[in-house]
Amino acid sequence: GIAAAEPVAPAEVQYDEYGAVAQSLTGVAGDPANGKVIMGTKSKGNCVSCHAAAGLAEFPFHGEVGPVLDGVGDRWNEAEMRGIVANAKMTYEGTIMPAFYKTEGYIRPGDAYTGKAPTEPLGPLLSAQDIEDVVAFLLTLKE
Amino acid sequence: ALASVAGAEGHGAAPLVINGDIEIVTNTAAPAHMENISTIQSGWEFRTPDTQDLQRDDFDNPGMLGVDDARETWATVEGSEGKSCASCHGEPETLAGVKAVYPKWNEDAGEVRTIEMQINACRTENMGAEAYGYSDGAMTDMSALISSVSRGLPVNVAIDGPAQATWEQGKELYYTRTGQLELSCANCHEDNYDNLIRADHLSQGQINGFPVYRLNNAKLNSVHDRFKGCVRDTRAETYKPGSPEFVALELYVASRGNGLSVEGPSVRN
Ligand code: HEC
Ligand code: HEC
Ligand code: HEC
Repeated sequence: GIAAAEPVAPAEVQYDEYGAVAQSLTGVAGDPANGKVIMGTKSKGNCVSCHAAAGLAEFPFHGEVGPVLDGVGDRWNEAEMRGIVANAKMTYEGTIMPAFYKTEGYIRPGDAYTGKAPTEPLGPLLSAQDIEDVVAFLLTLKE
Repeated sequence: ALASVAGAEGHGAAPLVINGDIEIVTNTAAPAHMENISTIQSGWEFRTPDTQDLQRDDFDNPGMLGVDDARETWATVEGSEGKSCASCHGEPETLAGVKAVYPKWNEDAGEVRTIEMQINACRTENMGAEAYGYSDGAMTDMSALISSVSRGLPVNVAIDGPAQATWEQGKELYYTRTGQLELSCANCHEDNYDNLIRADHLSQGQINGFPVYRLNNAKLNSVHDRFKGCVRDTRAETYKPGSPEFVALELYVASRGNGLSVEGPSVRN
């Protein structure tokens, strides 16, 4: 069954020429409630450090570095949204937004926020299912 | 640039004058080498009025306690040569103007030196005393004393001549996107100053106010400690305080503040 399949590995994700990712990373439908928590939680997506959104009002202190995400569900379809969250650099060349589903190609990567060199291979910032959950939440942000 | 000056929290507040006497330039035209910013602003402009006010009088500035401690050290004999800083330099005030031009090329040593490196050179070579750890409290206090006697003078570090290669290296580091978040100094302090990142109001990351007394950790902080924290926050492996990379970065970042006043020890959150 699809639910039991291995998630698509970060290096295997297929981006189209505009940066969209058509295939689900896990085959399991995203859980928008969990996606919201991931976006507001510092140790997870911490998306609110750069983005404000009325739908994330329960998490205080929204940043101004990225665009306000109200209505973002009208601006992008599911595949485009997955591409932006997995690796926004495929949609916006050179963007400041970090790539959340990527594990290589870094300069002086560290072991999380310790400032030290990693002792094990890096994992992505968010898991495949986290990405699906965040995408599901973003698609609910309609005007 | 005008819009960003107006947006900073310093707008509308009285200009910074310390002890009713030392006028501090907290924004001015950017030096010619800056490509993407036309007005440079001290970090002071981005702090809340309450924090700003702590710098108007030395009695309110907790960083001045470190300066007082360093004045005692200044006159204390240490090391095998039986000397104190005062033995050779007299009053600390004789070093007025020094901080404004550091980091600076040292011809004899054939290297760019920060104030901390020069303090250690004097300790080891002129006093026969032990070197301080690069970001030790006693070191940062001494650096604050040397900065304090230059307050109000314009930062004016040389970026050409023998310092140029180091400056170029620092510039390269400033624009390199490090760590798993792939962020450079410029991403936060050039592209996004005056924006909030979570609860933090981003400044231009200037170092004219260093050493900085931070209300968050209740101590004086060295330039390299701040760099280390910012690099760590990109989920990167940091460089060490005192490393050649941070010395080069310090020269470059200092040069982005050429024209602002020396302000250290300043107060930030
Ligand atoms: C360090 C800053 C930063 C972080 C952290 C960040 N973003 Fe972004 N994001 C941006 C910027 C900047 C843009 C605009 C793209 C551009 O022009 O570079 C953007 C664009 C977007 C867009 C498209 C917005 C639109 O209006 O069309 C979405 C969706 C998005 N981000 C979601 C997220 C999610 C979800 C997270 C966390 C998992 C996140 N971002 C974390 C900076 C950030
Ligand atoms: C035995 C003499 C001696 C002692 C003791 C000494 N210094 Fe120096 N110091 C010098 C000399 C000589 C120079 C180089 C002067 C020059 O060419 O600018 C110097 C330069 C400096 C400079 C750089 C000045 C500039 O214009 O670039 C600083 C800062 C400094 N000393 C701080 C200190 C401190 C702090 C102490 C005590 C911890 C100290 N010195 C102890 C002799 C001494
Ligand atoms: C992810 C964002 C981010 C990055 C990347 C970053 N900083 Fe910072 N930096 C901050 C924040 C937030 C503060 C505290 C608020 C302020 O003063 O901007 C800060 C403060 C500073 C300060 C203190 C300014 C003052 O007046 O006290 C300096 C200096 C500084 N940064 C330099 C750097 C340098 C150099 C780099 C690159 C090596 C860098 N920063 C990278 C976010 C960042």
